[in-house]
Amino acid sequence: MIVFQGVSKHYSGHGVALEDTSFQIDPGEFVSLAGRSGAGKSTVIKLLIGEERPSKGRVFFGQYEVNKLRDNELPAFRRHIGVVFQDFRLLPTKNAYENVAFALEVAGRPQREIDELVPQVLDMVGLGDKTKNFPNELSGGERQRVAIARAMIHRPEVIIADEPTGNLDPFHTFEIVKLLEKINQLGTTVVLATHDKEVINSLERRVITLDKGRVIRDEKKGKYILV
Amino acid sequence: MFTIISRIFHFGAKNFWRNGWLSTATIAIMTLSLVVSLNLILFSVVTRAATNSIENEIDISVYFNTNTSEDEILNIQQSLEGLSQVQSVDYISRDQALATFQQNHADNPVISQVINTLDSNPLDASLNIKAKDPSQYGAINDYLSSPSIASYIDSTSYNSNQEAITRLATIVGDMETGGWIVTIFLILVAGLVVYNTIRLAIYSNRDEIGIMRVVGASNALVRGPYVVEGFFWGGISAILSLILVAPVCYFVSSHLNDFIPGLNIFRYFYTHILQLFLYQLLFGVVIGSLSSFWAVRRYLKN
Repeated sequence: MIVFQGVSKHYSGHGVALEDTSFQIDPGEFVSLAGRSGAGKSTVIKLLIGEERPSKGRVFFGQYEVNKLRDNELPAFRRHIGVVFQDFRLLPTKNAYENVAFALEVAGRPQREIDELVPQVLDMVGLGDKTKNFPNELSGGERQRVAIARAMIHRPEVIIADEPTGNLDPFHTFEIVKLLEKINQLGTTVVLATHDKEVINSLERRVITLDKGRVIRDEKKGKYILV
Repeated sequence: MFTIISRIFHFGAKNFWRNGWLSTATIAIMTLSLVVSLNLILFSVVTRAATNSIENEIDISVYFNTNTSEDEILNIQQSLEGLSQVQSVDYISRDQALATFQQNHADNPVISQVINTLDSNPLDASLNIKAKDPSQYGAINDYLSSPSIASYIDSTSYNSNQEAITRLATIVGDMETGGWIVTIFLILVAGLVVYNTIRLAIYSNRDEIGIMRVVGASNALVRGPYVVEGFFWGGISAILSLILVAPVCYFVSSHLNDFIPGLNIFRYFYTHILQLFLYQLLFGVVIGSLSSFWAVRRYLKN
């Protein structure tokens, strides 16, 4: 489903972010990308959603060759993916309901379907009673749950989470990881980039470990080991 | 397609309302710019009235020899009216000239007595000529100097007023050209101020645009609501600019009338209010929407 083929990413003046990286992720997998800050985890995600283009190599997502997509083809491509960020990236002028609904609205889905799906998904992430709250009226954990609801509302094939627990306390971290596991059990592929040792060890799933832009380990039931 | 368009309008209207302070600041700047543009329109009306008032003061009178018959004068009048430079030609017969003279000097017994002692009417018949443009009096005078006409003419006022006519023609021309240059310059300044204000407003939303892109919003759906917001900003600013200018116009009107008789700028304002509103609306909406369209462009890559 996701294939990185000899991918390198060099930034002029900022050195190497990724060097000759190759791996494959199959449908339904739950994969953690582990590594220190600056190891290349976020670069992998940026290349995967087409926010950056590789200096060398090819990135495939299903039938798409992401590195060859034109700017005007990116919106339609991104509707196959749900992305969750460390800083939540919610629209501050929209309430929880509208933030989640927005992902369906941009895809041109009918209002009837939106009215039906959004409350269901907000219930699923435990925010059924906070649909009218704006992001600044929600806690960090609640904001991240809204972001996850937005990422999964259009039933994407993959959910990519870039340090989703980075700004959360241990209690909310555990909540979010449980939620991602639940989404994976429903059949969605999950790619989780994190440097949180506890999270990776508790999952007991596949771990791809990056260091200085290279894959140094890829284990089916991995642990957080950097050396 | 209809769903996307209706959502663009819905998002635009919602953003406009929820970004209250940003909308207020942008509308304030746009209103000031539109007040400048409205004043330019009114200024051009004042300039035109002043120009017309000066132009109406300019004419040339052609005095004919006393032995020139009325038929000959009327023939010349007809030929003058056929010239493309001529706006109107009025014939004043010798009798009319004398009657007007007597009327004008009725209070002066000496002049009245002198006139009564004369055996015949000493005044010449004349043609009073107005040109379409003050700069064309020279050409009309050249026509009058042609041998077939010059032999009938005693004198013309052009020769004695030539310098004044040329100067007035230059002033009228300069006022029109200067008015256009000032108008174009100030409209450009107003346009740039509005564009930069909207650019700053959209710069403050750059993170939101990034989020929309990540969620998979198409360029049209990202850009559309901002264009709609620009449309609202322009529309409201157009209305506010009219409300602000109306009382100023009312107070200034009587003072202007002292300088330029016949000009009532407030009457012009309220009789042309719909037309002025449409100009303002067009300027505000076009510049608001286009500025938003251009300002979002740079955030739509990747």
